[in-house]
Amino acid sequence: MHIDIRIPIGLMFGTFGGILTGFGLLSDPAIYQRSLGFNVNLSWGLALLAFSALMLGMAYRASRRKSREGG
Amino acid sequence: MEAVRLGPVDYSILIVYTVFVLGVGIALKRFTKTSSDFFLSGRSMPAWITGLAFISANLGAQEVIGMGASGAKYGMMTSHFYWLGAIPAMVFVGIFMMPYYYGSRARSVPEYLKLRFDEKTRGFNAISFAVMTVFSSGVSMYALAKLMELLLGWNFHASLVASAIIVLVYIFMGGLTSAIYNEVLQFFLIVLGFLPLVILGLIDVGGWDGLVSKLNQVAANHQPPYPPGTWTESWAHTGSAAANPMGVEWFGLVMGLGFVLSFGYWCTDFLVVQRAMAADSMSAARRTPLIAAIPKMLFPALVIVPGMIAMVATPHQTTPLGQEAKVAGIAGVAPVHGIIPPKMKKDATGVERPELDAKTGKPVPDYDLATPMMLIHYFPTGLLGLGLTALMASFMSGMAGNVTAFNTVWTYDIYQSYIAPNKSDSHYLWMGRMSTLFGIAISIGAAYVATQFNNIMDVLQLVFGFVNAPLFATFMLGMFWRRATGHGAFGGLLLGTVAAAVHHGLTVPVGAATLIKGGWLAGSHPVHVYPSEMAQNFWTAIFAWVTCFVMTILISLLTRQTKTEDDLRGLVYSLTPHVAKDEHLPWYAQPGTLAIGVLLATLVLNIIFW
Repeated sequence: MHIDIRIPIGLMFGTFGGILTGFGLLSDPAIYQRSLGFNVNLSWGLALLAFSALMLGMAYRASRRKSREGG
Repeated sequence: MEAVRLGPVDYSILIVYTVFVLGVGIALKRFTKTSSDFFLSGRSMPAWITGLAFISANLGAQEVIGMGASGAKYGMMTSHFYWLGAIPAMVFVGIFMMPYYYGSRARSVPEYLKLRFDEKTRGFNAISFAVMTVFSSGVSMYALAKLMELLLGWNFHASLVASAIIVLVYIFMGGLTSAIYNEVLQFFLIVLGFLPLVILGLIDVGGWDGLVSKLNQVAANHQPPYPPGTWTESWAHTGSAAANPMGVEWFGLVMGLGFVLSFGYWCTDFLVVQRAMAADSMSAARRTPLIAAIPKMLFPALVIVPGMIAMVATPHQTTPLGQEAKVAGIAGVAPVHGIIPPKMKKDATGVERPELDAKTGKPVPDYDLATPMMLIHYFPTGLLGLGLTALMASFMSGMAGNVTAFNTVWTYDIYQSYIAPNKSDSHYLWMGRMSTLFGIAISIGAAYVATQFNNIMDVLQLVFGFVNAPLFATFMLGMFWRRATGHGAFGGLLLGTVAAAVHHGLTVPVGAATLIKGGWLAGSHPVHVYPSEMAQNFWTAIFAWVTCFVMTILISLLTRQTKTEDDLRGLVYSLTPHVAKDEHLPWYAQPGTLAIGVLLATLVLNIIFW
């Protein structure tokens, strides 16, 4: 593979997660009327951060395995 | 017209996405040195990546918007497009057809036809396919720009050109690899962008049980009334075409959609097959559609259920982002069903008014807005940015899939074959980039043409019916019947396509208002009136397939087979060594095991939602 695709995926969703989590912490609760009262920015932001960590973790493990096998 | 206001947080998500998509293309440019890198990703991708790209390239405009629209209009019967009309064919292409595609010297589907049959069969397929991809990519662009204009008040022409430029840049730089990488990115974005929508929607309507009882009301209020379960069961109401809103009966459904259209698309459409051909080994190529089938069978939850919820959700009275009613420029106009607004039309004085049904005098619902309305209904600013970005991603992945298939078929099957053979590899790489450029330019033109239909999917089904439906008969005979000849294949294909057009021209669906929906050969005396457009499309496909199948056999028997056994080795079932098990894989990851697992799971889903 040219570039481990999990790295851009992890970075992109990490950025999305960061934006949503940060905004969820600062936003006016009134905007969550439409999402049935749930602060979905905060909770989905955290979920995206977890997904990002999973992707980056898998990419990191794969690169360590590769360098062990290579060296 | 007052549109939804996006906040800075929504725009920042959209910008981050654009930066990543373009960044992937730029980062991959230095790996794209030969035409094989550009068109085939140098055959270097692992199966899970090609599998997700396989599914994502198919996630065009017809999926997220079209399936949401069908979910609202027809309910759970839309799941047939997955559990009947996709999974079995995906398993078939992986297990039975991939050995001939990946194992032969062919670099594209038309090239397989050349090796197996002859030059004219390839030419016919290459040219019709090239036209179809450009058209489909144009439909995606048009639909995206129209939606953004309606929802966000963005300039139609600006969004059209902007989406075209983004796709152009990343394919121009990194070719198929770049398209595949971005498709994987888009796959996760679509899943993670729509999942919260389904969760919130289901909580709001009282879970699946709540949705069922609310949709039973919809069925009861329908004219004529339908029994409970019509919107939430997939097979129970297919005994006759009159018993379900889709207007199809089980035989037309199984033969038309489940066999002809579905196998025609998944097994012969280079758009998806190209992803599998980029895989790094035969076993990975065979597993590509099987891995893709796993998310595909769960997609109904993601794309159909939101449409069903939109039929019954309660509109907000007041909301910080403005009333939904104002969104589509229809202030003060009540939704027709749930949160689905009426279709708007300019009257003689140029004022936008709801379009009224000619017979009932009631406003016509705009089902294509079902899913977009759901996003606006449930997502606050922030998550709304993610949801809209996911929506745009689905359009772009569909466009990119078409563009990469187009540039390959154009360069290998048209340019290299007929216009400029025997040039250097770097010349074809250059032509790949140029054809990406003019392919997108023609798509923009096609986008301005595509304005007639109210359900985008019907247009695409119609095109598949004419061009793709006969094709599967050609491939089936080509791969499994050694005696099929070039003249037979070409004659069969041509007559099959003509049969499709003639059938469509002689019949009409009930209440057809325009000739584009059929009956253009029969004038005011159509030979047959179908209960719905969908039923007419399915039967058009069945006629095309049968004509092609029968004529290919007849003409083959009347003509001489010019290909020797050696020519056909690797292209025909009986002359190809059977693929052994992949020794590197554990038993549970073997293509055969995956295929059985996928089929069993699909069967269970069909039974649960029977």
